[in-house]
Amino acid sequence: MRIESRQQFDTAVAAARDTRLSKGREVWVCCGTGCLANGSKAVAQAFDDRIREDGLQASLGLYHKTTGCHGFCERGPLVVIQPEGLLYTRVRVSDVPEILDRTVRNGEVIPRLLYKDPATRQSYAKYDEIPFYKHQIRVSMRNIGRIDPEDLDDALAHGAYAGLAKALFQMTPDQVIAEIEASGLRGRGGAGFVTARKWKACRKARGDRKFVLCNGDEGDPGAFKDRSIMEGDPHGVLEGMIIGAYAIGAHEGYLYVRDEYPLAVVNVQKAIEAARERGLLGTNILGTGFAFDLRISRGGGAFVCGESSALMRSIEGRTGEPRAKYVHASDKGLFDLPTNLNNVETWADVGAIIVNGGAWFAGWGTERSKGTKAFSLVGKVKNTGLIELPMGTTLRHILYDIGGGMLKDRPFKAVQTGGPSGGCLPADKLDLPVDYEILSENGSMMGSGGMIVMDDRTCMVDVARYFLKFLSEESCGKCVPCREGLKQMLLIFDDIVSGRGKTGDVERIERLCQGMQLGSLCELGKSAPNPVLSTLRYFRAEYEAHVGRKACPAGMCRDLTAYEIVQESCTGCHQCPKVCPTEAISGGAKMKHVIDQAKCISCGACFDVCPEDCIRFFPRAEAKEAAHANADH
Amino acid sequence: MPTLTIDGHTVHADHGQFLLAACRSAGIQIPTLCDHPAVEPYGGCRLCVVDVTRPEWNGWCKMVVACLFPVEDGIVVHTASTRVIEVRKVVLDLLLARCPDTPLVRDLAARHGILATSYVRNQQPTDCILCGLCTRICDRMGMSAIGSVDRGAGREIATPFREPPAACIGCLACAEICPTGFIRYESGTARRKIWDKDFDMLRCPRCGRSHITVAQADFFAGRGGVPRSYFEICDVCKRKDLAVAATRLACATETPAR
Repeated sequence: MRIESRQQFDTAVAAARDTRLSKGREVWVCCGTGCLANGSKAVAQAFDDRIREDGLQASLGLYHKTTGCHGFCERGPLVVIQPEGLLYTRVRVSDVPEILDRTVRNGEVIPRLLYKDPATRQSYAKYDEIPFYKHQIRVSMRNIGRIDPEDLDDALAHGAYAGLAKALFQMTPDQVIAEIEASGLRGRGGAGFVTARKWKACRKARGDRKFVLCNGDEGDPGAFKDRSIMEGDPHGVLEGMIIGAYAIGAHEGYLYVRDEYPLAVVNVQKAIEAARERGLLGTNILGTGFAFDLRISRGGGAFVCGESSALMRSIEGRTGEPRAKYVHASDKGLFDLPTNLNNVETWADVGAIIVNGGAWFAGWGTERSKGTKAFSLVGKVKNTGLIELPMGTTLRHILYDIGGGMLKDRPFKAVQTGGPSGGCLPADKLDLPVDYEILSENGSMMGSGGMIVMDDRTCMVDVARYFLKFLSEESCGKCVPCREGLKQMLLIFDDIVSGRGKTGDVERIERLCQGMQLGSLCELGKSAPNPVLSTLRYFRAEYEAHVGRKACPAGMCRDLTAYEIVQESCTGCHQCPKVCPTEAISGGAKMKHVIDQAKCISCGACFDVCPEDCIRFFPRAEAKEAAHANADH
Repeated sequence: MPTLTIDGHTVHADHGQFLLAACRSAGIQIPTLCDHPAVEPYGGCRLCVVDVTRPEWNGWCKMVVACLFPVEDGIVVHTASTRVIEVRKVVLDLLLARCPDTPLVRDLAARHGILATSYVRNQQPTDCILCGLCTRICDRMGMSAIGSVDRGAGREIATPFREPPAACIGCLACAEICPTGFIRYESGTARRKIWDKDFDMLRCPRCGRSHITVAQADFFAGRGGVPRSYFEICDVCKRKDLAVAATRLACATETPAR
């Protein structure tokens, strides 16, 4: 039924709370992409079947649902039992009867399924006590994992659209913008442009027809926050967009989602239809007379379409290529009409800011970066996943307290933030508070909130090369510096990592970087040198070792690295020959093992598996010299 | 009327004019490869970069492409600052690696002091500089028969599915606008071939010269209320007709009829 007044809205929310917030127990099964890949669909189905068979719904007042991503994807499938807030990890279908019998019926905790801290071996029963969750403050992700993304009533019961109701019934568009301004909200897509300033410019722009767009073209390697938000709480994004449209005076909008996020496309589409049906979207929203409707535009997977002008061209049905932005999108954007584009996370913050006030949001953060920020924490840390933290949190806190420290306790080397446009920060930058300016000043950037943690077995030259390769494939090729520059830069890097580096290569790279930064058309090309420049800034010695000594200090560049087994410490455990793909290791069980250099491809599998740390890597150039010396004898 | 300073000269520009035009009207030469009066500016070659600043910016400059930057009152433009020249050199050096045998690129690079590329020479040298003039003129003609395919270093100009393009009318606008002669075609008295597509030529009924393809005449016929017959007679014969008409008129004034 359509909601057509404040009173009807309040009634609808109260009704939703009645049906959706159970007084008894609730079982939430995470069906985010990560958990789905781990088999959570079958787990949810098993709960469904058992509960129906045993008539538990009626007898216990049991309510169960599937939710979006809890962020702790590594431990999936995740199951949360309410009201205790128990978190069960890595739940299998065979665990379902036991959970229902012991936990749901009798309130017993099943220790086997609890999260165990890898560092302290301590088990945690409650969701909120787990270090990964304990330190988080969730605003944009407030309802992810708590609501069934396909159920509008569940979203209403958890506070969705309360901000919209407040904005439409109690506030003028200018008041909405003032509230956003007070919150200090800045673009969560990475550039950090002040959201209120953007909205104001678009509101002031001449024209009756304006657009509100959402950028869901998240494509950075290792980033998945926008995906989780769209999948887990599509209503939060819609609410923000409707409020934004009201503030700006727009009546049409597009949600640009990359087609590689099929679940996001489906969930957002369902949310749009449900919202339209209830009068939260379309003509006469909540009976106020305000009209706004929006459509999904599916992206074809080009990374560059996350760039605002390319995104708009793509929605128009043209080739997704950037164009010069000397005229702002707020004046001439989509179809050359005034347009306001914000990132998924930015939109998801809006509803909560309107409900709680700008000052509430600005209560977190640093002087110039306010509020909370979502990060995708990946790489060589114990706890990977999706997190949201106040701005200004130190990298050390993120990596060690939430991430649980380095995987296998190897030494930390660098953390890459901001995706391909970002940079790598070394160990002495770990105590930096994370905010837009501080990351930029140190050669990296906020970007999409991706954080890739790297240990000592990471070659920084190779990391820079990886991002160059990614960008050279994703550059649209419209302008010369980006298209030809990335191609040539990659060729130089290919030479360096394969031992063909020449004196002067580093200087050539630096000159090319400057040309690209100044000369490229869009931010993709302008920021493409960042991974190179930041690794050069902090790990220049590694470049020099590659070029000068033909050595890879991390032992990761295969063409430069050789492995040998230290005979004194080899215990003959015979694990390394089992993993060697080229059968280069000889020696039976309980015997000393030897690597045949002619057969070894330097993959490092033996190094990773050796329990005694008795495999050593060294520059291949030395091995050749030694061979020469032997031959000369 | 916006007044700006370009390399120390005061220049009065028109509203909505782009900086490149303002520079050229002031007699300041700026190299370009993708700019052409027949099509919208593109900003792809990046050779027309200039530094723009304002007195109140305390020396801070932003680098823009002149072909797309709308003139603003009071801006100060440097078209040959050290970093502008440096970016142009990097661009030309890169283009020379891509098109090492193309005279246009070689000449322009040489004028900037680059005689050989400092990067890796293209293994399969091409004359296509990807300036996008051909695809833009084709769009402008209303055909969109060709486009750019693939992206990044693999980008190239091609027809849909690399087949003879259905929409092409054989007008040769792409080949004529191409600054390097990369787009090849054959044109004879009876047939024309471009993009692997064959066209029948239309002969002028007066002089018998082939001057237009049948597809072109068909496409233009009826557009803007011009009859097909208008396109059938070639330009030379049309001019002759005009001359004949003019003579007749002139004779008529000299000796009034009756």
